Amino acid sequence: MVDPVVWDIGYLISASLFIMGIKKLSSPRTAPEGNSLGAMGMLLAVVVTLAKLQTEGVIGWELIIGGLAIGALIGYLMATRVEMTGMPELVALFNGFGGGASALVGLSEALKRIQDSNIPDPGVELYAIWVAIGLSGIVGWITLTGSLVAMFKLKGGFTIPFTGKWVRFPTWGPSWLNAVKTILLLSSFALIWMTIQEPSEHTWIYALALSSGLLGILFVLPIGGADMPVVVSLLNSLSGIAAAFTGFVIGNNVLIIAGSMVGAAGLILTFIMCKAMNRELFDVLFKAFGGSGEKDQLTRTKVGSDPEEVAMVLDGAQRVIVIPGYGMAVSQSQHAVKEFADLMESTGCEVLYAIHPVAGRMPGHMNVLLAEANVPYERLIEMDEINSEFPDCDVALVIGANDTTNPAARTGEGPLAGMPILDVDKANVVVIIKRSLSVGYAGVDNDLFYMDKTMMLFGDGKKMMNELNGSIKDL
Amino acid sequence: MSLTLGALVGSITVFVLAIFLGFELISKVPPTLHTPLMSGANAISGITIVGALILSNSSFDGANTDVAALLAFVALVMATINVVGGFMVTNKMLGMIAGRRRKGGE
Repeated sequence: MVDPVVWDIGYLISASLFIMGIKKLSSPRTAPEGNSLGAMGMLLAVVVTLAKLQTEGVIGWELIIGGLAIGALIGYLMATRVEMTGMPELVALFNGFGGGASALVGLSEALKRIQDSNIPDPGVELYAIWVAIGLSGIVGWITLTGSLVAMFKLKGGFTIPFTGKWVRFPTWGPSWLNAVKTILLLSSFALIWMTIQEPSEHTWIYALALSSGLLGILFVLPIGGADMPVVVSLLNSLSGIAAAFTGFVIGNNVLIIAGSMVGAAGLILTFIMCKAMNRELFDVLFKAFGGSGEKDQLTRTKVGSDPEEVAMVLDGAQRVIVIPGYGMAVSQSQHAVKEFADLMESTGCEVLYAIHPVAGRMPGHMNVLLAEANVPYERLIEMDEINSEFPDCDVALVIGANDTTNPAARTGEGPLAGMPILDVDKANVVVIIKRSLSVGYAGVDNDLFYMDKTMMLFGDGKKMMNELNGSIKDL
Repeated sequence: MSLTLGALVGSITVFVLAIFLGFELISKVPPTLHTPLMSGANAISGITIVGALILSNSSFDGANTDVAALLAFVALVMATINVVGGFMVTNKMLGMIAGRRRKGGE
């Protein structure tokens, strides 16, 4: 018989590997190593658990081996087939699976205890375990359904099965929905109380799954485009918290340690995202913004330029700054942008990229896309550093970005007030590739479009970039 | 095995300390790493796989398999997708960001 302390030591080593892994993941040089350490910690935790099951007597291997094999195969296929442009959706989906797994473990433990009539008498054990089951359920189901909604929003919509019809995913949230969400949350907590009152009753725990699952859907449904980075990182945090609560359910410290660290890490990211938009987390979650609010009416017009004109302006430029936004992701023009940079650099021009922290739909979205196009990451400059460079920049090329460049944010009025922006308007010439003059997510007309030094290239990002590249080559 | 108040407080202590540790560990992250950090941390949250493994330990005989074990099996599949897919995807992204590819994942 193996002393059970051996398993605890194994889990301790695994937890230490996670701690070192997360630490190393926060610096570019050590990040790949950090990821490997995390994977090693996970492998060790799985091996220790299997060894422990084997020594303590396995009832059946079928479900264990089957689950591991099927999960590993699906995970492998999804990870190898994904394109960089599909990364936000995939991260959201994996995140949902993590939360769902935690919720299911809690549910399974409760049902098993009911089946085995292994319910403790009222006391610390009953309260602690049932509260943990309830909390891992609430957080886990919210993470699962919330992440699935987020995934469809990041995709933009879904295809109806059998008909092949593409439907845009709605963003919908009248203000009374907040009351519904509050009621659902309160009733979820009430249901935890019910499970403690009647621990042998299935009904309450299933009702809990239903109410918190619905809450997750209603929680993400009203949140629109530009607020997605906040929600995605918050859901990431929740999946960790769910795992930590599950650790209380099965009495395992490695779950508690790993889960709460992930929870804290996700929360930090959430606050970074909120700060970059100058919004409070509460406002993002409960107050509709832009999308469903009032939008500025467009009263001004601007004559579009053509790629030849822009190519001539770019001819001889010494310094160009590219400002990518969600539009670059949608039109998948990152490769065309890289080709543009290569063309400019071949004439001795310096090309930098200005990255706003909330550009795109998830934290670091632009960085991932540009990395896919082989843009060296030293060229991607953070907002605080690049802003002083704009006055010395010959041409600023904005592709598919809007609110993050809107000088209205400096006026201190309107929905964008106080949001840190890229000082694109200080560049000598501004070129903007955009479909139309329409307002961005915040619903505020952008003065940048109407400045005399601004040239608008109206059209799809990829198409316009390719035409621009063609014109530069023809010069 | 019964859970005592002392053991519970011990677990809560670990929980609180780990949250503080998490905040300290990554107080400053460059934006380039936001996505990989999120996806790597997400893979680590798949640690719930341990619970799924323990609860999947049940006899499997067709129709008689109990609901608890089947739910644990579903949890195990989801957690394994999260873990394997998460670490592989993170590795893939980091390979591009660092401009070189590494072998690995889970």
